[in-house]
Amino acid sequence: MENILSILVFFPAVAGLLGFVVDKESARAYGITVATIEFFLSLWLWFSFDTSNAGMQFVEMIPLIPDMGISYYVGVDGISLFIILMATLMTLIGMVSMSITKNIKNMIISLLFLEMTMVGVFVALDAIIFYLFWELSLVPMLYIIGAWGGPLRVYASIKFFLYTFTGSLVMLVGMLFVAYIYHNLTGVWSFAITDWYALVLPVNYQLWLFAAFFMGFAIKVPMFPFHTWLPYAHGQAPTIGSVILAAVLLKMGTYGFVRFSLPMFPDASVIAITPVAVLSLIMVVYTAMVAYAQKDIKQVIAYSSVSHMGIIMIGVFAMNAEGISGSVFQMLSHGIVSGALFMLVGMIYDRRHTKLMSEFGGLASVMPKYAVIFGIMLMAAVGLPLTIGFVGEFLVLLGFYQVSPVMTIIAGSSIILGAVYMLAVFKKSFFGPITNEENKKLKDLDRRETWSLIPLVAIVIWLGVYPKPVLEPIDNSVKAMLNFMDEKAITQEAKDMIKVAQSSKEVK
Amino acid sequence: MLEPINVSLESLNLITLAPMLVAITGGLIILIMDLINSKLHKSLYVMLTILILFVDFGTVLGLNVNERGFFDVMLIDGISIISQLLIIAGSMIFIPLALTSKRFHEYSYPEFFALFLFMISGFQFMVASDNLILIFVGLETASLSLYTLIALHNRANSYEAAVKYFTMGALAAAFFAMGSAVIYALTGSIELYKVAEVLSTRLNETGLMIAVFGSSVLLLVAFAFKISLFPFHTWAPDVYEGASAALAGYMSVVPKVAAFVVSIRIFGMYIDLGIEWVRWTILILAVITMTLANIMALVQNDVKRMLAYSSISHAGFIMAALALDTTEGNTAIFLYYALFMFTNLGAFTMLWISRHKVRRFDKRYDHPYEKFAGLIQIMPMGAVVMGLFMFSLAGVPPFSVFWGKIYVMQAAVNAGYIWLAIVMGLNSAIAAYYYLKLVVYMFLKDPVKDVDVVYYNINRPLMVIVGFATAATVTAIFYVQPLVSYLYYMISASGY
Repeated sequence: MENILSILVFFPAVAGLLGFVVDKESARAYGITVATIEFFLSLWLWFSFDTSNAGMQFVEMIPLIPDMGISYYVGVDGISLFIILMATLMTLIGMVSMSITKNIKNMIISLLFLEMTMVGVFVALDAIIFYLFWELSLVPMLYIIGAWGGPLRVYASIKFFLYTFTGSLVMLVGMLFVAYIYHNLTGVWSFAITDWYALVLPVNYQLWLFAAFFMGFAIKVPMFPFHTWLPYAHGQAPTIGSVILAAVLLKMGTYGFVRFSLPMFPDASVIAITPVAVLSLIMVVYTAMVAYAQKDIKQVIAYSSVSHMGIIMIGVFAMNAEGISGSVFQMLSHGIVSGALFMLVGMIYDRRHTKLMSEFGGLASVMPKYAVIFGIMLMAAVGLPLTIGFVGEFLVLLGFYQVSPVMTIIAGSSIILGAVYMLAVFKKSFFGPITNEENKKLKDLDRRETWSLIPLVAIVIWLGVYPKPVLEPIDNSVKAMLNFMDEKAITQEAKDMIKVAQSSKEVK
Repeated sequence: MLEPINVSLESLNLITLAPMLVAITGGLIILIMDLINSKLHKSLYVMLTILILFVDFGTVLGLNVNERGFFDVMLIDGISIISQLLIIAGSMIFIPLALTSKRFHEYSYPEFFALFLFMISGFQFMVASDNLILIFVGLETASLSLYTLIALHNRANSYEAAVKYFTMGALAAAFFAMGSAVIYALTGSIELYKVAEVLSTRLNETGLMIAVFGSSVLLLVAFAFKISLFPFHTWAPDVYEGASAALAGYMSVVPKVAAFVVSIRIFGMYIDLGIEWVRWTILILAVITMTLANIMALVQNDVKRMLAYSSISHAGFIMAALALDTTEGNTAIFLYYALFMFTNLGAFTMLWISRHKVRRFDKRYDHPYEKFAGLIQIMPMGAVVMGLFMFSLAGVPPFSVFWGKIYVMQAAVNAGYIWLAIVMGLNSAIAAYYYLKLVVYMFLKDPVKDVDVVYYNINRPLMVIVGFATAATVTAIFYVQPLVSYLYYMISASGY
């Protein structure tokens, strides 16, 4: 199965096309079946993945437009492998727990196409193919937010689309410029990232190109001044939209930094450490404070998700193995935890048709199962030891401590701030007497809801206690990347900054 | 006593005229058939036109590159071959739009098809010559036919459109004639290759620049009218609105290809001579055109007017590629139009099949956005396909226009105009907004009224065309490579 990546990418797309034929009543079962098969395919990918190999595996390359240097070029390494797994898992679980009944067939087809683009982004090794899936992912998401969302859905979906589209067009110009330089130096057109890695660019070129790519990735993450589209998108999107958006789509931005910006522009990345770290810290602290001020549970989770993306960004720019591995791990943990939290909010919204905290209170006594799972996810979001959230956050802070202890302390405050607003949510909604009569009649989680959440709870605890099987392949690939960056860097400052880990540090 | 002039038939190289003669003969055949039997159905004429164009296409393919003929006024170089192929292919895919289920006035006249073929021969003359007089003749033949075709639509605003287009076209023709006259006065020749020779030897003469300035400005105005560049674009939305959707879609591609070829020949010559301000004038016009048209398109209430402004903006995009004056820039022009053609065909066909005899949704417009509201609920396939064309026009990969866009931007980057590439990128982002507007109406809003009959004009042939356009739009990634390499080869073979 050397071509498993192509199967992974195109299986949901073909299924989506065939889905037009499937009857409305059976669409949901069809979607879940397809997503399950896709998830098992991605598990298969994991089992046949050689964890000791840090390089690209399952590489496929088919020239598409040789005159322009564009080819269908895919591969997977430790960094992308688990994000793909998470994408297929979250699509499956999101679909299982989905409560939408209106136009269900359109939703299933959109989700399947979205799954293709998500997997495509993370396996692409050709910049244009990456860009292709990156842009294409906007279309189904636009429809999901716009068709099933809240009252401001059209505004939210257009804002989401235009923000990302504008940023990525600047990134496209950057890509074209890199290809042009590559052509000037070698005489061949190529958009293959592995070819681009070999380019050693002068620092001023690196800075401009870093800025161009930054526009595309930072809007997607979303970094601090560009984050305004996200609360709208989350606030208006249906549950499944928020789940996929928070779990997978945002990761495209941080993944882009790891895949493109760092290895291609090591010197510029080192120069950018402080500005990016400052922006990320603002993101961490400011959005955490905003989250505390929200009245709507979903908005709290949306802002907390932005805040945690800040931690991931800091880790990426720590320029050492702990920081980057930690932030890749944190991408996974954030995906699972915030996805689960959005699902939980969606479940209570389905029952009460409100997300305002003031409407709830004392839910723990009526919905014990719900309260337990919510509590576990909340602890994981805060970063309690023995949950998945702790591992990533700890590694990120450990890594960034070597760059700047002061900034690390500020970033560490996010754990405290996170605990403040998250526990406030928990206290207001779950504890105390039941003040609202309507809440007394609430039903606890039904079987479908419980079973869609239990795997996530299991993962949260499993990877919290024993992260090694996931962390090790990530760490291998990250170290290989850092070695490579260190060799490639031109300036001495960059060489000093990029820490090449000699021995792997074990966590726990 | 004058010696009798002997011209050997051999030296005329009449084969270079063959493609145009095929089209003209075809038009005459259609007229004769109408004389013999006036009861023939339009479907016969449509098919006959396609067949004639097929022969025409074959004849062009058989031409040798870099030949001259017919007293050396015909120039068959790579550009003229690919542009003729593009013109014929564009005509072939647009003419079947006449096969509507409802009866439209113009198609009941065989003259429509004869004029259509005469127009194509006019365009072919225009692109297959570097003689300013023959270009003028071709331009006028084509334009006069086109004015008539628009007016044949037999509605108040199509007369308005035709007259407006005619007046503007006449003005452009006058500018063209004056520009050519200045060139003739300056160099004593109307053949562009001789003009280039003379100019290059005399370029540092004092006072020559003023004359060069005069000629190039006059010619630029003439072609800015034809290509609808700012500030000469104002006719375009009204004309598109008045013309039938089929013809409007046609006008946004084929006449512009012909005008671009002549522009490459004329302005490419000026830029090659090192007259930098011609390049800058074109660049500035192009940037203003794409930006302004994009902003205007944002505020339109009618889908057809929006598409009209969008095609102005696309023309600005391509004009910028022309100013680069590199082989890649010129390839980009043809590649862009070749890819744009399919998507545009699809988009305008979708408008055409949703055309009602009377305006049911709005007093003023045929295709207001409200007409398409909630289309996903009424006709999911139609909405998906139309949405696809909109995303393609917006430049979302992997649909066809994206590959044209990326090639233009790459050409700009390669020529050192990175700011231009960024301007193009930002413009695409503005453009995305108005294309999304239609998508939003179709997918995210609820239907307004009587929606079951949006696709009033649909029938099987039109569905086949839409299917073809969809396939061509979606699978672009697979045929871009042969297309690029062929175009690049042909253009570099003719020395541009």
